[in-house]
Amino acid sequence: MTLFLLRRLLYALPIVLGVSLVCFALVHIAPGDPLISVLPPDATDEVRARMMAAYGFDRPYHEQFLLWAWRALHGDLGMSIATARPVASEVIRAVGNTLILAVAATVIGFAFGLLFGVVAGYFRDSWIDKAASTLAVVGVSVPHYWLGMVLVIIFSSELGWLPATGMGPSGSSGWVPDLEHLKHLALPALTMSVIPMGIVARTTRALVAEILSQDFVGALRAKGLSEGGVFRHVVKNAAPTAIAVMGLQLGYLLGGSILIETVFSWPGTGFLLNNAIFQRDLPLLQGTILVLALFFVVLNLVVDVVQTLLDPRIQRA
Amino acid sequence: MSAVELQGLNVTFTGGTKPVRAVRGVDLGVDRGETVALLGESGSGKSVTLRALLRLNPERKSRIEGSIRVAGQDVMALRGRALEDFRGKVASMIFQEPSLALDPVYTLGAQIAETVVKHEGGSRAAGWARALELFRRVRIPEPERRLNAYPHEMSGGMRQRAMIALALACRPQVLLADEPTTALDATVQIQVLLLLRELQREFGLATIFVTHDIGVAVEVADRIAVMYAGRIVETGPVREIIRNPRHPYTIGLLRARMGHEQRRGARLEAIPGAPPDLSALPPGCAFAPRCRFAEPVCSVQDPAEEAVAPQHLVRCLRSAATLAPAG
Repeated sequence: MTLFLLRRLLYALPIVLGVSLVCFALVHIAPGDPLISVLPPDATDEVRARMMAAYGFDRPYHEQFLLWAWRALHGDLGMSIATARPVASEVIRAVGNTLILAVAATVIGFAFGLLFGVVAGYFRDSWIDKAASTLAVVGVSVPHYWLGMVLVIIFSSELGWLPATGMGPSGSSGWVPDLEHLKHLALPALTMSVIPMGIVARTTRALVAEILSQDFVGALRAKGLSEGGVFRHVVKNAAPTAIAVMGLQLGYLLGGSILIETVFSWPGTGFLLNNAIFQRDLPLLQGTILVLALFFVVLNLVVDVVQTLLDPRIQRA
Repeated sequence: MSAVELQGLNVTFTGGTKPVRAVRGVDLGVDRGETVALLGESGSGKSVTLRALLRLNPERKSRIEGSIRVAGQDVMALRGRALEDFRGKVASMIFQEPSLALDPVYTLGAQIAETVVKHEGGSRAAGWARALELFRRVRIPEPERRLNAYPHEMSGGMRQRAMIALALACRPQVLLADEPTTALDATVQIQVLLLLRELQREFGLATIFVTHDIGVAVEVADRIAVMYAGRIVETGPVREIIRNPRHPYTIGLLRARMGHEQRRGARLEAIPGAPPDLSALPPGCAFAPRCRFAEPVCSVQDPAEEAVAPQHLVRCLRSAATLAPAG
């Protein structure tokens, strides 16, 4: 097992390297001059050259990359151009906020997705299956910003039950799990949960139906297990795949839905990315994407390990 | 009293657009300690008959009629807990493909122990102890280690031995074997057949052995029942069936099997045509369209069961003609 872990970690290295290369290259791939948002349009060539030197843009690419990677390794992702604050702290705060939202959405989405999927898979082709499948398709296809706005109209404007925007009551700093904060979390989390819910429901339905059609389920009944006993076996067989889907979904949601976070003014990564793009804040963009990509790599690693622990057929060597 | 008593068993699958009559009026009795081979090609209804004995055919998509009595219990009347107690305890089943019939994510020991705990109560440790005892009994080498193995870590023969151990875990009275050696290599096949025969005698099991291989049937069975299109067309003691087959289909099966006298390169004799569509059966004898003895009356009149020798029953209007081996 230790060997397996080490090997998986080793495999992750080239991915991390590739990811950081792409992030680094972003500055140079993006159209226009990397200094365009720092310098006034009428800056002299001399000022321009001084700024190039200050940012290190005059050195060869590989040197620039090594320097950038070295700093990133030490937690220094540069300064945000727009706010002049360290990118690292901005990103960490945003990731923390998005994590709250993403975990809440994943939990809700997963609970309902699994419920619908298992029920639909068990009662395939019945009206329950059709209802659950329809709901799943709607969940996957409905535009989420639209759903968010509809929910705001219903629950905030009309009924006045839940706040429409922000992470907490004005003046509060940091997130604490109290009623007020949970109320603020409710609508964005619900809106976001529709994405994993639809995908999980459809995956689980197919998974359960596939497992139920296998011979060993008949064999389990033949040896006298109750439906509950058979269900336990189905769950254990479905778990590795379901966990993998959940991990990937959490990864996608961590990237933050730009649209959902913008609709609800949720100060997460999506919100941050949105701002970074519009303000051409390249260091911020670079840093955010790098952190998110690393998160995704780590999450994949965790999913792989968990999956291996659950399914004996996956080779551990 | 027979250990297994089937009377007028009908199984109809109603899931599709047209009802499919997979089993049509099967009568079969198996005594304690007796092995009956249910012989037939794919789709003849032999596996469906076997599954009906444990009520394993999907309830919502099939209709079962007739009477099924196993070890004195009316299987058709069993519900819920009583049905669970019956399955695996009174009658248990060995499946064709052990790699598919065993749960891939549980160890073999856990799967056997689970069954023992379910039927006999007691601790998991007691269940594992029984599993170990059974692994020794079916001659799995290094049984302690193999109990902790997952199905995919074992060879096909070992998996089928484990499946047999699982089926015998709660000392059933009736063993239902659904082509248990079909998926195995020829040499392993013989070993498993010999093991099954040995265990069947030792436990005094009433066994129904479904197979499409007449050679296997001869090897394990006391009696053979030949099925065609959902019906038993001929039944009798093994020697009688082999030496004196009377139904044209049985004769065809025997001829299609390569005999010792077959010359190299000689054409193997096959039964022409294909089995009928069970959702649109013609009137009369279902085998008539493929039968070389058929006469016009065969496609009109449904043949009744007729005793041609003691214990030897045939459903054929032309059984007189098949007596003299033609050609």
